[in-house]
Amino acid sequence: MQAILPLPVVLPLGAAFAILAMAHVAALKRLTTLTALAAVAVNLVLSFLLLAAPDGRLFVGGWGAGKTLGIEMVSDGLSKLMVLTVNMVALAALLFAASYMRHFRAEGLPAGADRKLWLFECLFLLMTGAMNGVVLTGDLFNMFVFLEVAAIASYALVGFGCEADELEAAFKYLVLGSVGSAFILLGITILYALTGQLNMAQVASLLPKVGATGPAVLLAAACLLGGLALKAAMVPFHAWLPDAHPSAPAPISAMLSGVLIKACGVYTLGRVLFNVLGPSVEYGGVLAAMGAVSMLAGVLLAVGQWDFKRLLAYHSISQMGYVVLAFGAAAVVVSQGGSRTVASLLLFGGLFHMFNHAVFKGLLFLSSGAIEQQAGTRMLKELGGLARRMPVTSFCCRVGALSIAGVPPFNGFFSKLIIIIALAAAKLYLLAALAALVALVTLLSFVKVQRYALDGEPEGKAAGAREAPALMCVAMGALALICATAGVGAAFLYPRLFAPAADALLAGARALAAGGAP
Amino acid sequence: MGTAIYLLAFSVLLVGLYAVVAKKNVIKVIVGVCVLDYAVNLLLVLVGYRSGGKAPILTPGEPVADFAAGAVDPLPQAMVLTSIVIGLGVTALMIAMALRLYEKFGTFDLNDIRRLRG
Repeated sequence: MQAILPLPVVLPLGAAFAILAMAHVAALKRLTTLTALAAVAVNLVLSFLLLAAPDGRLFVGGWGAGKTLGIEMVSDGLSKLMVLTVNMVALAALLFAASYMRHFRAEGLPAGADRKLWLFECLFLLMTGAMNGVVLTGDLFNMFVFLEVAAIASYALVGFGCEADELEAAFKYLVLGSVGSAFILLGITILYALTGQLNMAQVASLLPKVGATGPAVLLAAACLLGGLALKAAMVPFHAWLPDAHPSAPAPISAMLSGVLIKACGVYTLGRVLFNVLGPSVEYGGVLAAMGAVSMLAGVLLAVGQWDFKRLLAYHSISQMGYVVLAFGAAAVVVSQGGSRTVASLLLFGGLFHMFNHAVFKGLLFLSSGAIEQQAGTRMLKELGGLARRMPVTSFCCRVGALSIAGVPPFNGFFSKLIIIIALAAAKLYLLAALAALVALVTLLSFVKVQRYALDGEPEGKAAGAREAPALMCVAMGALALICATAGVGAAFLYPRLFAPAADALLAGARALAAGGAP
Repeated sequence: MGTAIYLLAFSVLLVGLYAVVAKKNVIKVIVGVCVLDYAVNLLLVLVGYRSGGKAPILTPGEPVADFAAGAVDPLPQAMVLTSIVIGLGVTALMIAMALRLYEKFGTFDLNDIRRLRG
């Protein structure tokens, strides 16, 4: 089963280049959408196969097996969870896009914008394949390369419409993203200089020998955690997200907020913290503080927004704050020699919330796209009564809103509850109270969305809205179904998905190093 | 030499960072990002340097131990090549966007390209 490890990366990348070629052959032009969908669907099947298979590791091309010279791909609990999340949301977003992008009109594109659909699909597949690479690789420099491939594709996709606002947002995102990447590479360089290795497990096992708290390691950690926090849009580095995410076409917003900031930001933060640097009170404290501040600032900034997509983007900062807070608190608990159960519960809460957020934020961004396309606006004050005009979209949007607001029995409720309970169990009562407060403000903010966009009589621009096309409804419905069932199904999912993922993080440096050579 | 060269690389990095943060011209910001990139690349290649080292090409018949003792580290060179190619892609994208921005706003001044609030 290890042999299929590179496939989730190779398949979308290969399909992306195939689509570029197909778009220039008249007979194959119409098949680009099908090719893209097939590649992502096969990837979803592969991620289920990986999930069922035992943990594995593979040196690509057989290079340096056992000597850790080659590039290693690893599938452990956490990677499996992330691959599944990425491909699930990608499939929903691509289904949605197959219909949405045909009607996507933008100034920069020539009339009949569907002629450029292949360009969109190509970039989309590049981004998806690179994200799979980020979560499957066991090599620091390889991680950097995939981070960059995903980032470059996402810069281009944010500016896909080529209108003034989109270009401005994309440029800002591009400049800040490049600075973040430069610091990530700097951190990796310093770690390489210290240990002479790039393999994560090897670096982790060699770091204590070169003095894990020496100034050079601290500098590397600062560069890495800072750069990755920028990719995750944690608060001091969040300025690009509220511009970039709403500016992209809706399926891309769903991918960016749903999985890109997780695979390229939060996942890598967790991986580097637990499996490379090793959890310590300092690193954990910094992450927890950053998470707590993001959680609060994100939601406070979101409350005042009237642009639907912008409101959702600020909530992404806030919800990712929960996850990073849980990771940071778990690192503090582990390094203080606290209860392993509490740390495991914190990680479970964080990972469960990350999975849930991918689903409901993807769903919310997709429904915002359907609403924007039908009503011609995404300003909440200009909408109203959409529940009567677009029943399916509105129903899905409500499910997403109830999930993010933490209303039982939807999935967001359970993950937030677990995080709050775990924080209390770790005796971080103040942070637990803060998390509960933020959940309340999130609820208020989404009551506003319901009240202004969905309820009441259809008026203004919403009066002419009609139900979204069937394909878009299918994509939203599938995600809504997961939102409704993942919460109550947590007891089923926990031993299969989340417990192995939390264990992979907690096992930390030692276990990885022990299994360093296959 | 010693640490001086590392300090030089760090100061180049700071120059790049300063340009990105403080400059208000799109082109100067792009130059800043490039300088930042090059500083990191310079540091990366310095990590593998060894004074008096020779090119890391193993000739047939040469004992591997001798080779390892004399040659510079080839891995950072492979990495820096990858990094330069990535930098090329990013720079090309940045310049393309700068041109599009100029078409839309008629200026390279970031003070005038400010419609979004984030």
